[in-house]
Amino acid sequence: MRILTALAAILTLSGCSSNWGWYVVNPSTASGAANLKFMLSGLSYSVQLSATAIAISVVIGLLVALPGLSSNVWARRASRTYVELVRAVPILVLILWVYYGLPQVTGLSIGVFWAGVIALALSDSAFQAEIFRAGIQSIARGQYEAAYSVSLGYRDTMRYVILPQAIRRILPALGNQLVYMLKMSSLVSVIGMQELTRKANELVVVEYRPLEIYTVLVLEYLVLILIVSAAVRWFERRLQTDERS
Amino acid sequence: MQKGESPIIRFDGVSKYFDDFQVLKGITLAVGPSERIVICGPSGSGKSTLIRCINGLEGYGAGDIFVNDVRVGSDAAGLRAVRARVGMVFQQFNLFPHLTVRENLMLGPMRGRGMSAADATRLADRYLARVRIPEQADKYPRHLSGGQQQRVAIARSLCMEPQIMLFDEPTSALDPEMISEVLEVMAELAQTGMTMIVVTHEMGFARRVADRMIFMDHGEIVEVAPPETFFTAPKSRRAQDFLQKILNH
Repeated sequence: MRILTALAAILTLSGCSSNWGWYVVNPSTASGAANLKFMLSGLSYSVQLSATAIAISVVIGLLVALPGLSSNVWARRASRTYVELVRAVPILVLILWVYYGLPQVTGLSIGVFWAGVIALALSDSAFQAEIFRAGIQSIARGQYEAAYSVSLGYRDTMRYVILPQAIRRILPALGNQLVYMLKMSSLVSVIGMQELTRKANELVVVEYRPLEIYTVLVLEYLVLILIVSAAVRWFERRLQTDERS
Repeated sequence: MQKGESPIIRFDGVSKYFDDFQVLKGITLAVGPSERIVICGPSGSGKSTLIRCINGLEGYGAGDIFVNDVRVGSDAAGLRAVRARVGMVFQQFNLFPHLTVRENLMLGPMRGRGMSAADATRLADRYLARVRIPEQADKYPRHLSGGQQQRVAIARSLCMEPQIMLFDEPTSALDPEMISEVLEVMAELAQTGMTMIVVTHEMGFARRVADRMIFMDHGEIVEVAPPETFFTAPKSRRAQDFLQKILNH
């Protein structure tokens, strides 16, 4: 919070010089307030896009990680191949390919939102798979043996014994991915998604005030991500006290 | 076999390799209902591997193992059926750290036996009382002493109401002052007529509880004898050497 205040102070002070024109986003003027409102209207898209994408990528990530830990060599290879291939494609390239390329292959037209979700989710799923794999591998063999010895099958062992422990351990990494995803959602602006970055771009074209507008954009992401980080930390602490009580 | 008629566990020429190393060399053994067997031997002799084969935690190469005339093999449903009747207690307890003591006990009955939560709770509380730690039910395993954790692990296995209990060095990871509380629970269990196979170096316990002693070395069963004979007049040279080391340390 102290950093934020300092940052605001620096910006305000330098705003006194002639280079700055804060009027463009000054909430006390009618046009400034309208501009701010316009910029903030991208917020819900950014959040929805990232949240949907991460929900999907966690599921895909887990489904890719599990065969990666199998004793079957082909299952392991399939999982490995998926991770290596998907991880090698830059997110921006994947967004363009899904939006412009995929409809031609499938014959289905995909809206901007879902093109963004698919691209972000796919791209992130490779990282999620690696995170899950590391988390699951960190659980001692004795936990499986104890679960098997009380007659649990593989699915119940994963569901009730291994994953609850693994997920606690990978929570910081999952939080990282969520933050990363929020930032990467800005890339979806290139295909016209009306999220935060796109709104800022559009406003710059009208107002010719990139410095102020992009500064506000930086602050928007900063606040959003600080809130998410705090939420993840709160959740981590809650899980820990669960075990400690 | 001393008690009962038909064996409850049968090993027929069981061999097992870890890569080039042969851990089990043609083991043949029959265990009768309610029999109490203690297996001892130097480390690396294959005794843990032997009992881990009974509930399929280890696979084996040649031969057959039968539990209640069901072959322990690779078929998943068959394995789960065997595991529902064979409880196991581990050296490192292996309690589920994210679950309370009571939840540790309820998981098997609910997910392995399809019991309702209410029934599983009653069952869990009954066995916690039996291992004399009913007051710890709502704690997490890490708040318990080693001896208490191992008793929880025993109760967790008993909640499956098994016919057979396997103990893999149950007191080896415990501080000395906690060993007796675990052995006591095991001795009580032996009196209920439970079939037990115990891998341990606790020779006092073996003498009191075992019907038969099995001495293993280098993947073979070297000697099988009632404890009186085994401790006073072991036949094989290897058993003599082993007892010499373990009893006079």
